Formats: sequence, C-alpha cells, structure tokens
Amino acid sequence: MRYITDRKRAVGKGAAGSGTGHHWYMQVSAAGLAFIVPTFIYIFGKALGSDYATVLETFSHPIPAIVTGLMIIFGLHHFNRGFETLMQDYARGHTLKISIILMTVFTYGLMATGLFSLAKLAL
Amino acid sequence: MPLNALEEYRWPAPDCGAMAEPKKGIVMAGETKGVERPLSPHLQIYRWQVPMLTSILTRVTGNALIVTSVLVIWWLGAAATGEEYFNTVNGIMTSFIGDIVMTLSVLGVWYHFLAGLRHLYYDAGKGLDIPTAEKLGWACLIGSVVLTILTVIIV
Ligand code: HEM
Repeated sequence: MRYITDRKRAVGKGAAGSGTGHHWYMQVSAAGLAFIVPTFIYIFGKALGSDYATVLETFSHPIPAIVTGLMIIFGLHHFNRGFETLMQDYARGHTLKISIILMTVFTYGLMATGLFSLAKLAL
Repeated sequence: MPLNALEEYRWPAPDCGAMAEPKKGIVMAGETKGVERPLSPHLQIYRWQVPMLTSILTRVTGNALIVTSVLVIWWLGAAATGEEYFNTVNGIMTSFIGDIVMTLSVLGVWYHFLAGLRHLYYDAGKGLDIPTAEKLGWACLIGSVVLTILTVIIV
C-alpha cells in the first residue's frame, strides 16, 4: 500500500512536468486573446501605411494604446509558452532547457522593446 | 474518401476515460519500466486527413507568428524613433513583399484564432467524434480565408 494520495502522485507530472498549470495558462490566455487580437488587427491595420502624424495621433488615444499593450504582453507571453510545447515535443534534456531559456530571453526582450516604443508613442 | 474509411486509423479517443480512472493492471507513471507501449504511427506512413492537417497548421501558424510580432514591434519602434526612420520601415512593410508578408500574417493569425477556439471546444470534451472534427477542421480552413478577405477589404 502506498501512503500517498492520487493527487500528490500526479502533481508535477505530464509532458511539461508542470501538471495542468501550463495547459490552463494557454486556455486562459487564448480566451483573452480571442478578444484582443481582432481589435488589434483593426487598430494596427488602419495605422499601417498611414502617415507619421496619423500614427502618432492614433497611439496617443487610450483605447488603441491599451489594446496594443495587451497585445504585446499577452500575445508574446502566450507565444513563449506555446513555443515551450513545441520544443517539448521535439527535444529533450539540455537542448530543451537551453532553447526554452533562449526563447524566453528573446520574447521578453521583444516585449520590453515593444512596450518602450508604445510608451514613447502614447505619452 | 468515405468517412468510415477513417475508422481504421482512429486514435482511441473514446477510451480517454481510462486516463482519469486507471484500470487495474495499468502501470502508473514512475513505474513504467518494461511496459510495451505501442509506437505512434509516423507522419510518413500516416494518411493525411483534415483533423491532422488542421492540428499541424495550428502549431505552424502559432509559432510562425513570432515573425509577425518582430515586424510589428519593429514598426512601432520606428514610429517611436522619428519620422524619417518611420517612413523607411512603413515603406518596407507596405511594399509589394511587405504586403504579401502581412497578408499571410493575417491569414495565419485568423487561422490560429479559429483553430485555438476549436481547441478550447475540444478541451471542453466536445466535438471529438470524427464527423464533427472533420467539419470543424474545414470550418477553420475556410473561415480563415473568409476572415482574411474581409480584413483586407475592411482594414
Ligand atoms: C487570436 C487569438 C489566439 C487564440 C484564440 C489562441 C489559442 C491557442 C490555443 C488554445 C493554443 C493551445 C493549443 C494546444 O494546446 O495545442 C495555442 C497554442 C499556441 N499559440 Fe495561440 N492563440 C491566439 C493567438 C496567438 C498569437 C498571437 C501567437 C503568437 C504570437 C500564438 C502562438 C501560439 C503558439 C506558438 C502555440 C503553441 C502551438 C504548438 O506548437 O503546440 N497564439 N493558441
């Protein structure tokens, strides 16, 4: 007989070693992105190709600036966690860990760059 | 291809219940040594079918969107830098090649959007029977093209 509950045995298992946490994050961010992405496509699509003054004007309004901020943060975070899934399917051990670390560094760098630019445009 | 022809390739999804409630004799994780497990069929011998294609495309589009993310943030950065640099980058992104890349990005993001929503529906345990899964797959493929055309027209 094992003196351990089924739940305890399951914690930290799964392909990602993180139980259901990763999957749940993907579901939650997907639900949020389902609203953010179409709005962002509209805002960005209108701004792309217009002249400099119009772009400055667009992102100085709260709604476009906030939606762009949400898109940068949640889009890239969702991407980073999704990339983990991809790597877990094709790599093991050090290759897996190093690729996740490098992509995380890249993703957060891109996120920070995007937020800095947005702040400069919006404020 | 008749739908029932797919039956023989079917992954035993209806048995998923067995995961939640392990039957006697099934070895739990951590004690897996020596268990003979079936190998999953390799892509090259597996016949192409809509649910499989659409699942793979979810992965391809989701990960490819990093290219779009870099381009969009490059453009934002250019706008934050100044008028001259903005005009350069804005020009590149609305050039002929830029238009192709951005249109493909829109197609990719709409496809991933629909497939992602389909995933949430699957995760709720719904739509997993073969006829429904086939229809949902086609809905993602056709829907993404329709949404892309609408986006190009409206935006
Ligand atoms: C439009 C709204 C979006 C929705 C509804 C959505 C939904 C989802 C869902 C449900 C998954 C999990 C699929 C699974 O568990 O196999 C997923 C995976 C993923 N998503 Fe998204 N997503 C969206 C936008 C994005 C964006 C903008 C990016 C990239 C910048 C992205 C990148 C990814 C990646 C890389 C994966 C992992 C795919 C894999 O290799 O398994 N998603 N998405």
